[in-house]
Amino acid sequence: MNFWNDPLKVAAVWLEGIFTGWGMDAVLAHVLVVFLGVFLLITILMVLDIFLVWIERKVVARFQDRIGPNRLGPFGLIQPFADIIKLIIKEDTTPDGADKVVYNLAPILSMMSVLILWAVVPLAPVMLGVDLNVGVLFLIAAGAIGTLSIIMAGWSSNNKFAMIGGFRQVAVMVAFEVPMLAMLMIPTIFASSMNMNAIIESQNVWYFIISPLGALIFLIAAIAELGRAPFDLAEGESELVAGFNIEYSGMKFGMFYAGELLHAFTFGGFWSILFFGGYRFFGLEQVSPFLAILILVIKAMVGYWVIMWVKYTMMRIRIDQMLGFNWKFLTPLSFALVLVTALMNTLLRGADSWLYVTGMFLSNVVIGWIALEIARSVARKERERVEGPKTVVEAHH
Amino acid sequence: MIPLSWYLILAAALFGIGLFGVLVRRNAVAILLGVELMLNAVNINLVSFWRYGDVTSMAGQVFAVIVFAVAAAEVSVGLALVISVYRRRNTVIADELDLLKW
Amino acid sequence: MTGTQIIFLIVALFTLGSALMVVTTRNLIHAALWLVSTLFGVAVIYALLNAGFMAVVQVVVYIGAIAILFIFAVMLTRKDLRDNTPQMNKNWWAGALIAVLTFGGLVFTLQGWSGFSKTAAAVPSGFDAISQLGDQLTSPAAYVLPFEVASVLLLAALVGAVYIAFNKK
Repeated sequence: MNFWNDPLKVAAVWLEGIFTGWGMDAVLAHVLVVFLGVFLLITILMVLDIFLVWIERKVVARFQDRIGPNRLGPFGLIQPFADIIKLIIKEDTTPDGADKVVYNLAPILSMMSVLILWAVVPLAPVMLGVDLNVGVLFLIAAGAIGTLSIIMAGWSSNNKFAMIGGFRQVAVMVAFEVPMLAMLMIPTIFASSMNMNAIIESQNVWYFIISPLGALIFLIAAIAELGRAPFDLAEGESELVAGFNIEYSGMKFGMFYAGELLHAFTFGGFWSILFFGGYRFFGLEQVSPFLAILILVIKAMVGYWVIMWVKYTMMRIRIDQMLGFNWKFLTPLSFALVLVTALMNTLLRGADSWLYVTGMFLSNVVIGWIALEIARSVARKERERVEGPKTVVEAHH
Repeated sequence: MIPLSWYLILAAALFGIGLFGVLVRRNAVAILLGVELMLNAVNINLVSFWRYGDVTSMAGQVFAVIVFAVAAAEVSVGLALVISVYRRRNTVIADELDLLKW
Repeated sequence: MTGTQIIFLIVALFTLGSALMVVTTRNLIHAALWLVSTLFGVAVIYALLNAGFMAVVQVVVYIGAIAILFIFAVMLTRKDLRDNTPQMNKNWWAGALIAVLTFGGLVFTLQGWSGFSKTAAAVPSGFDAISQLGDQLTSPAAYVLPFEVASVLLLAALVGAVYIAFNKK
């Protein structure tokens, strides 16, 4: 057990040795070392968050055919630091009549719900915050806290627009949790476990190949959970001013904003863990945990880039269209997919690997095709109802 | 180690507080909050009896899961009723909902 | 006082304190938020009881759905923005007396039971509570029937709640 194979354990044992050498009680030393580990992880995440601001602005600029920030520092790398300084020195206002405790608690809870998620992310085969055997459900639980923080923010601002924005955002988040939970069942079925590490370890074939429709629906539900476009009507910048965070200024707004970016990156990470093999890359992760972390970060960045791609390409949809899309299309589709996946898993359980993969892939394609056909026929009927049936155009002589 | 009595006393205290909330509050939604506290107390009891009894027999946890489902169903219907009553009578104070009194 | 006992005492005091705030605070939104912290405390109690699945499901179902439902209901049933009406009944002392008597009666009845102070046996190693729970909930010799009946109950509650609260304009 040397440093390159298991850095966290070596560091923890060394630090505990120092603390007990100073005369501290063994249990207390252990608790202190655990706290230091958590503190280190959160610090790294917050620093990463700063660079996510830079990445976001550069990527949106490229999508919009411009350069993005390039004045401060090489390639504009100092820009996010300038943003942070600006946010910190801004005046910290509290609206008149706002509920002070709830108003101040909401951004803290929002950030907390994102940072908590990293407790179950397996960074490497031996580096894991908590090896929960319900890691997959923990995702939804943290999302629940995020939902709560948004309704707190919307209500406590004493502002009608904030309340409307908060209501809409919570309605969308609660609605899209259903297909997300169903899609989280698919890696669980394949890996026979809800443990994040077990899901990664059993992905000899990436689950994206076995169940592409599942990955796609999880991505859609995740983007809706994040509150990003095309599902960002709640904080539609052109419609509701800023939704639930109208009344927040300064670093409190910074918490919401940076929390949203970190949340997007975290969900990119979860998408890659659940469907793209996490830190695994053809055995490269066994070499060193640092390489595994690097692979995970690269995959999470790719997932984050896909989420940004969707955000800066697609138009925003209306709230009733969003909720109709969820309850009338996505939820039945996700339930059907889980049913068929469980059925095929039982039927093909003992079969060869390639037969299993092909069977599941084909079942996914069939379900997706049927769903699209149903959607198309419904859309065609709706269009005919609105516009009148299409008449055959006579050829002019 | 924690003796079973601590969990049972905690559950009994939570139940008592929930009962106080149900009996004393005037707002219908606040009464439902008290009911939620009582259901949580029952769940703590069930899970602690599971843990301190035979851990391999999952009857305690199954019962607790069913209680979760029942609590969710009851809260949703209860709050729907309260909202509907508010639309008709413009009040949610339990004392003022007295049309069925003799 | 071992570490676990200290943790239990802190969590129990937090839970009971939040529960008291739920039933005594005047502002109903604050009451709903105190309920959230009570439910959190109960989730930690489940984790102390080695019931990890129950802890996570508690957060997902209670805090993620039921507490949000309460907050929405409070917001939709407010006549004015400030509650000046007294929030307790005229006979609140009778309610308090009944609650204290109930608590006393429960503790008194239980402490005559022989198993009242027993300590927990260790969990057998390799025991996976979740797969056991899944087995019991879906096996015909165990609890599949209550499970199916519970899902029918949830369906009935869903349909009923939508119908009752539907706003026919």
